[in-house]
Amino acid sequence: MYESNGERYFIVDGHMHYWNAAPDNWVPGAEQYAKGWIECFHAYQGLGPPQTHWPIEKFMKYSEDDLMRDVFTDGHVDVAIFQPTYLKEWYREGFNTTERNALMGEKHPGKFVYNTRWDPRDGDAGLEELRRNVERFGCKGCKLYTAEWNAGSRGWKLTDPAAYRYLEVCQELGVTNIHVHKGPTIWPLDKDAFDVSDVDHVATDFPGLNFIVEHVGLPRIEDFCFMATQEPNVYAGLAVVIGGLMHARPQFFNKVMGELLFWVGEDKMLFGSDYAIWEPKWQVEGFVNWEMPDREEFSDYPRLGVAGKKKILGLNAAKLYGITVPGEFQLPAEAGAPAAREDAQLVDDRSQQPVAGS
Amino acid sequence: MTAPADVAAAAGQAVLEALETVRDPELDEPITSLGFVASCTVSADGDARVRLRLPTYFCAPNFAYLMVADAYDAASAVPGVRSAEVVLEDHFASDAINGGVAARAGFARSFAGEAAGELDGLRADFLRKAVMAGTDQVCRPLLAAGRDPAALQAMRLGEVPPSRAADRLRQRRAELGLPAGDDAPLLIDPATGAPVSEAALPLHLRKAHVTRVSIEANSGICRGMLRHRYATPGAGQAAASEEEDR
Repeated sequence: MYESNGERYFIVDGHMHYWNAAPDNWVPGAEQYAKGWIECFHAYQGLGPPQTHWPIEKFMKYSEDDLMRDVFTDGHVDVAIFQPTYLKEWYREGFNTTERNALMGEKHPGKFVYNTRWDPRDGDAGLEELRRNVERFGCKGCKLYTAEWNAGSRGWKLTDPAAYRYLEVCQELGVTNIHVHKGPTIWPLDKDAFDVSDVDHVATDFPGLNFIVEHVGLPRIEDFCFMATQEPNVYAGLAVVIGGLMHARPQFFNKVMGELLFWVGEDKMLFGSDYAIWEPKWQVEGFVNWEMPDREEFSDYPRLGVAGKKKILGLNAAKLYGITVPGEFQLPAEAGAPAAREDAQLVDDRSQQPVAGS
Repeated sequence: MTAPADVAAAAGQAVLEALETVRDPELDEPITSLGFVASCTVSADGDARVRLRLPTYFCAPNFAYLMVADAYDAASAVPGVRSAEVVLEDHFASDAINGGVAARAGFARSFAGEAAGELDGLRADFLRKAVMAGTDQVCRPLLAAGRDPAALQAMRLGEVPPSRAADRLRQRRAELGLPAGDDAPLLIDPATGAPVSEAALPLHLRKAHVTRVSIEANSGICRGMLRHRYATPGAGQAAASEEEDR
């Protein structure tokens, strides 16, 4: 819970991790990848305020106490959603598995939501594992990393036939929140690995599932925005937008937020700290304090009020995950309706126009 | 008589200038101003040695390949350069990229079994994004100066007040084989070259803007990551380009 100016915000951290990337977990022969991955994450932390930077040793392996303090005690978070990332080709026990998250989370009832993951290249065995994880941990969501390396393959697409089998099982099991994270590699390597058009296809084919595109499709925000206007079940995960831009590039943060508010809208945006890349405290406080500057260059962007910030910081995610929000944090009924926007007409027109630039 | 060291220094400067023509295809900026050139030297005998660096160990290998290959071509074409070696450092695919470029193997052969084709399509996709972003760079000042959006729709490139952004837009359009002469419409669909209709105008301008915001935000993140990774500025990187956002 965060309180500011007499307003109380219920905070759901929609994207965070409990990883072990220390050398004791590196796969022999793949040390350079394990090291390269965590160093890359650490560089992202460098985009946050200096006083929140950690030494690389702590960043590789932080403790349960660190997490509980940074996320809940100091970080204002009420409920946090664990997003696993396996990377077992590089990390012996996985970088951040469903089990590792749940073993920790079990000690703190009510604080965590456990998402799981799957990889269509794991075939029938992977489907069994998905079923087991859902049964054991009560998963309502999963995190997919399409650039993951697997037995010589450098990635996959959501439109692969094998992925459809998994999506069908997700639908059957009630794993309705599909978090999609794009990365730099994909088969074949000559295609753009960050392309989000596969999300567009599956969002149409699986209307019962919600697709949360993590870090809003960065570095393809424009493709993500065009797609999200057309698909009612596509959401924007703000991890990296707040953490990576709000402090380091405040003017770009204003513009990216403006574009997201215009194309996607405040009802479909979800806060995620991406902890331990960035601590939630400065992100929550900064976001509540943030206002679109009253300058000409930002004049055609929608404004975000207190109600919109409450939705983005927690209420939108709570709705997707069925998290109970105490009445004091809820919005009055009229604020729950989608923000009225004359821009919607413009966006709707898109379907009749030739699509430029794509 | 000129000392060999002076000749080498002048050739090194010439190669660095040639590298300014090499762009990151995603960010549409020269690799020099982005800080991606770690070092650039030419020996007295005319052997050029270029070292490149990127913001992360896992930057996309296809774009990395294009930058190394383009840098090789640019350095090799400088008069007086006898041989060129371009090496990408600290990247997961350094060996495949460096070896492939040195052997003039092409992308598909450099990543045998992992790539189905060359990168021309990918490059063209990103040039089209650069055209959209460049459209916003040209149009926003015109709109801010009070020009009516409908007037932009009727405007020809020759009527656009001269600016670096306008030159750049024409260049990118020409690279794609799109109309780029004085008589060409300012606003075209970069996929087809067709003029933008009045009905499509508001959305077109909106898309141009979000494309520019996306590229600039990415560029901001890349610069921040690079600075975290390497303490020193790159060869040919002006310090002033760093902090335009603060």
